[in-house]
Amino acid sequence: MALTREQIASIATLARLELTAEEVSLYQESLSSILEFVGALERTDTTEVTPMAHPLPGLTQRLRADEVTEGDRHERYQQNAPSTAAGLYLVPKVIE
Amino acid sequence: MSALHLRTLTQLADGLRRRSFSSVELVADLLARIEKSQPSLNAFISVTGSEALEAARAADRTLAAGGGGPLTGVPIAHKDIFCTEGVRTTCGSRMLDNFVSPYDATVVARLRQAGAVMLGKTNMDEFAMGSSNETSFYGPVRNPWNPQLVPGGSSGGSAAAVAARLVPAATATDTGGSIRQPAALCGITGMKPTYGRVSRYGMIAFASSLDQGGTLSASAADAALLLREMAGFDPRDSTSVDTPVPDYVAALEEPIAGLRIGLLAEFFDKGLDADNERCVREGLRVLEGLGAKVRPVSLPNLPMSVPVYYVVAPAEASSNLARYDGVRFGHRCEKPRDLNDMYRRSRGEGFGAEVKRRIMTGTYVLSAGYYDAYYLKAQRVRALINADFIRAFESVDVLIGPTTPTPAFPIGAKTSDPITMYLNDIYTIGANLAGLPAISVPCGFVGGLPVGLQIVGPHFSEPRVLTVAHAFQRATDWHSQVPKGYA
Repeated sequence: MALTREQIASIATLARLELTAEEVSLYQESLSSILEFVGALERTDTTEVTPMAHPLPGLTQRLRADEVTEGDRHERYQQNAPSTAAGLYLVPKVIE
Repeated sequence: MSALHLRTLTQLADGLRRRSFSSVELVADLLARIEKSQPSLNAFISVTGSEALEAARAADRTLAAGGGGPLTGVPIAHKDIFCTEGVRTTCGSRMLDNFVSPYDATVVARLRQAGAVMLGKTNMDEFAMGSSNETSFYGPVRNPWNPQLVPGGSSGGSAAAVAARLVPAATATDTGGSIRQPAALCGITGMKPTYGRVSRYGMIAFASSLDQGGTLSASAADAALLLREMAGFDPRDSTSVDTPVPDYVAALEEPIAGLRIGLLAEFFDKGLDADNERCVREGLRVLEGLGAKVRPVSLPNLPMSVPVYYVVAPAEASSNLARYDGVRFGHRCEKPRDLNDMYRRSRGEGFGAEVKRRIMTGTYVLSAGYYDAYYLKAQRVRALINADFIRAFESVDVLIGPTTPTPAFPIGAKTSDPITMYLNDIYTIGANLAGLPAISVPCGFVGGLPVGLQIVGPHFSEPRVLTVAHAFQRATDWHSQVPKGYA
């Protein structure tokens, strides 16, 4: 199926990706061909097949006790942050 | 005895224990090889020379005092997808160009605990998305067998480094073939364990239901030695499986007479290069000569692997990569107008073309109105493929086929058409979808380029898979071949 430029722009909005006009054209073409390619899945009959989300059947996500196991390392972690002040992460103003 | 760089990991660990040479001597030798190779191969993103020499000196002191673990003083490299405390960890992306990990991945910590010395971080496709190592922000890696060709991907740097004998072994990850495919294209041994066998803590996430860490090395025996240290339960990874780790090294010498091999009929399709097929069939005859019984096996849903993968993997990637928002770490754009502008431009600038393509694909197949048709449908077909494997393993012990359709291809040959690139992983993706252990071993050469044979086993059958690979390598010497200029 062929996607329109508007559809590509709307996917990019959902994905929070700024795309150039050339990128919109590029992804219009390649996403359309990828969707056509994966469209082959339709030909497989999956009536009454349970979707598989975990590669080890029968195993589920493990739970743990709700206990603090990490110390306070915010100073170390914030060394990678683009912008901080007083131990907080700074972002552009959200509320006027 | 051969030059240090030509010895296997197992031989090096042994030599260090006997103190035939020092870790400092070995590390200095390999660091010089890495430096010399970097302009032509580009296998490394970061080289941690001074830290490595310091760790080597400490290892030599430990060994001199009669102490040490199984890998004390042995040099290795880590794929730059594994977090290394205090060392830049980029995942091949501009997004993480300035990211210095505040902690170690469990794999990194365990190998250090076992005594291994890290020489550096290897180049890779950006966020492990690629089959040629051409999507790296740090430029393509070149194949040591021919610098005009790709090394495969996404663990192309680790594979090229081992093939060129810059390191005896390296860590790697495999989401759709990213260990086995570059192993095949570079003429080395690549082992992807069962999903959940090796901790994913500190291993940067791509597609969480498929990602698994493993090894690239010259031989299956070396893979066993490394995996014995890497594998095991980790409470920090909620998908880590709590079952004991067998002694993979001790299992290696078990005979394979009577082994039932299933020949994967679907893998001998029209896409398979005739010369590749010849090498793989000759490899099968070697195993038959060792007493294995080969019978054809059909997995009818297997041809749907690539379409399933290119729904499931991008979907999981789009979700995983949502964390790169320019707030706490990673690239942030200049002078954002508002929060949304910051998200969009930071991500638009920080991610490369293939990563954006996968995020876009994943976002689409998960979006309202398409979720059932694509994502849920792919998960249902995935269940059928898994059932095919389980059925096959009722009558055979391992499945064997080619690792890739062709040997290494030229840099730039497949970059314009994503589907052509995706089809490189047609024979490797099945094991990821079903979470199975699989290994690629060299089984011959076509036009001077290595070819890989793939062995897939049932869940947690690493000992068997490694034993078959080891038996094959005792009967052949394809895995001992070193590219010209690197011997």
